[in-house]
Amino acid sequence: MESQNVLEMSGIDKSFPGVKALNDVRFTLRKGEVHSLMGENGAGKSTLIKVMTGVYQKDAGQITINGEPMEFRSPQDAQNFGIGTVYQEISLCHNLTVAENTFIGRGNYRFVNWNEINARTKELLDSLGIPARPTQQLSSCSLAVQQMIAIARAIDMDCKILVLDEPTSSLDEDEVQKLFGLMRELKSRGVGIIFVTHFLDQVYEISDRITVLRNGQFIGEYEAETLPQLDLVSKMMGKALDAVADVHTQEPVLEDDSVPVLEATALSSAAGVQPFDFRIRKGEVNGFAGLLGSGRSESVRAIFAADKVTGGEVRVHGKRVKLTKPLRAMKHGIGYLPEDRKGDGLIAELSVRENIILALQVMKGFFRPLSRRQAEAFADEFIAALKIKTPTSSTPIESLSGGNQQKVILARWLLTRPDYLILDEPTRGIDVGTKVEIQKLVLRLASEGVSVTFISSEIEEMLRTCSRLIVMKDRAIVGELSGSSITESDVMHMIAGGGRE
Amino acid sequence: MATLRTKHTASHLILPLSVLGLLIVINLIKGADYFSISVINGALYGNIPNILFGASELVIISIGMTLVTASSGGQDISVGVAATIASAVFGQVLIASNQDTVMTIVLALLASCGTGLLIGAFNGSLVAVFKVQPMVATLILFTGGRSIAFLIDGKLSPVVGTKLTGQIGGVIPGVPIQTPIILTFVFIGLIALVLKLTNLKLYAESVGINEKAARLNGINPVSVKFLTFLIMGICTSVAGFIAITKAGRHDSVNLLKFIELDAILAVAIGSNVLSGGKFSITGSVIGAYTIEVLNRTLLRLEVNTEAIKAFKAVFIIVLMAVSSPVVREFARKTVERIRTKPAKQEV
Repeated sequence: MESQNVLEMSGIDKSFPGVKALNDVRFTLRKGEVHSLMGENGAGKSTLIKVMTGVYQKDAGQITINGEPMEFRSPQDAQNFGIGTVYQEISLCHNLTVAENTFIGRGNYRFVNWNEINARTKELLDSLGIPARPTQQLSSCSLAVQQMIAIARAIDMDCKILVLDEPTSSLDEDEVQKLFGLMRELKSRGVGIIFVTHFLDQVYEISDRITVLRNGQFIGEYEAETLPQLDLVSKMMGKALDAVADVHTQEPVLEDDSVPVLEATALSSAAGVQPFDFRIRKGEVNGFAGLLGSGRSESVRAIFAADKVTGGEVRVHGKRVKLTKPLRAMKHGIGYLPEDRKGDGLIAELSVRENIILALQVMKGFFRPLSRRQAEAFADEFIAALKIKTPTSSTPIESLSGGNQQKVILARWLLTRPDYLILDEPTRGIDVGTKVEIQKLVLRLASEGVSVTFISSEIEEMLRTCSRLIVMKDRAIVGELSGSSITESDVMHMIAGGGRE
Repeated sequence: MATLRTKHTASHLILPLSVLGLLIVINLIKGADYFSISVINGALYGNIPNILFGASELVIISIGMTLVTASSGGQDISVGVAATIASAVFGQVLIASNQDTVMTIVLALLASCGTGLLIGAFNGSLVAVFKVQPMVATLILFTGGRSIAFLIDGKLSPVVGTKLTGQIGGVIPGVPIQTPIILTFVFIGLIALVLKLTNLKLYAESVGINEKAARLNGINPVSVKFLTFLIMGICTSVAGFIAITKAGRHDSVNLLKFIELDAILAVAIGSNVLSGGKFSITGSVIGAYTIEVLNRTLLRLEVNTEAIKAFKAVFIIVLMAVSSPVVREFARKTVERIRTKPAKQEV
């Protein structure tokens, strides 16, 4: 059995100023298995992975590869020993081409033959069915395609150990299946795969074994077949999970005579959505469903004027308004949590406090800064209300875990007391516990009279929270579903067929 | 928690302050009379007043450089030239008025500030609207600016010195502190007031760190960058004003020559990131004074005037190496090792 382990880690400790991120954690990976690493946000998954890939230096503990003790001083070191990594946040260079991204930092050739590299990239992309050209700039590819290129890059490096940190969070069902096909193929070649995800179904679909971490502690290592899903969740959360069952869809809002909080007609934007109509009533939760790239993000961005609005009419509380830039939308009581948390949401180096007050501060105006005491009071209020895990409100937001960062951005918009809140993928890359918290929060807001548009790649999650679903396909609205009896297959049918039942 | 917070906010001042401290210690070793101050003609003179006097222009320009760096992630290398153009306008207005009253000086200063704002608007629109990289955008004036100043002057080095300008660049009778020092402190005070009364810091930092996110939170990145260049315009005008009153003439070739490099250095010594984002004006101000102390220390150590620049360069290399994250991390680990070792031996 011993010889089967390609990677063994034991007694791993790692602390950051003020936080003990890992405490005596162990982890083993066998040849040719998919091993899921599970835990809530801040459980230490990402830290453990960064230790094994040489990004962080461990404080204590031992790492052996094929039985030999190893010390990785840099990611390059780890790569040379056959550890390939694809991170949660895409870490490629946006301004380079696909081919350059695939081959950058590999091998030590002095001369580069671009024709050959482009040809090899094309081969690689074709073999994996990735819809991109080698000479295309990476930034012109969709997030999903970028993610797949990152995976292709890791796969092409002949790795013995492949680390996939949340690879599926921006992929749709089809692409996930393609990725799983790829993972099975690699598995049969004897590659050990470490898989980190928040999608429980995916864990059970692909994993052989599961290791659970909680608060930087090793909780256990289990065979996937013998661990019921409910047990897994309770091990991750440290308590039995009945929370999911508590979330109930609100009853459809039917008072049709009331004036909509927001009504848009023939709205279109420079991002290329077909002119669309949209309305939302007070206290309603609706959602845009559709595959990635169907235009759901672009539509809500058009409402918030995040992209240049090219046409259409918007009425807020029945009054005609011109929303030409985000500040106008904000002043009319609209809040927008963007899909790309890192790129569009966070001000990474600023503190949690500054990130929380940012939107409110901008609405107040350039010449009316909040006093330090006010700012601290607001920050503390929301850190407590949303249970944000942060050492202090002065901690830079970038040192928080993904889920807590998302809560900070949520707090930023809640602080502006919006009438209408747009949440684009608020639960992406977030653990089950926080996901449920956010869903509950959305429903509570709705009961308090806030209108919410909730977008998620997980249709199931939208069904649980939204009373009305707007279905999009190819950048146009193809239909609408409402009522508490909508099922996932209804949505699928509408996306596939593009028509009403 | 409280200690952790103060540690976090004060850590960026450790570098500039320790460098300043080191230089002062060197000076004290050289001669214990370093801090001695004498009164000549009713004003204070000595090493410290001289440093404060000499660093005035650099301090003011460093403030502008800090803001521009924070919002645009680049540096303005036209500041010395901009100050020369603005002060040329000041000189010409003064010469044309042919009067030596407070009124004419104020008018001339306003005209020079207007020129500074124009230059700021020019650089600012290139950077903010046309998205030219700051260093490239400001290279235009850096290259041609001194000729423009010469054309405004009409001749080489016109004399602008009057009794009043002499007092502004020197000492006002009855006031024991040299006027440029007072002007610098007033300017620092004004900037502090602006930072307190507006959201300039939050806006500039947000734009510098993540422009897209700043925009989605209602901030207009174009205006913020433009604004920092306008403030830079005022800073250069005031610095030019001090420089020309100190000199009593307008030397379009050598006035504040290469001050842009010292200003960038001051920003860096102040632990500001040159690629933009979070900034500390206090750090840059201390950095600017540190550079002046360094210059004067080298003079005091009787380093050959020609060799001073080489010594300065070596000092800067050491300084930048010490402050680099690599060395800091190494130092942190060494300290930790020393701390944990005795504990292990006990076991």
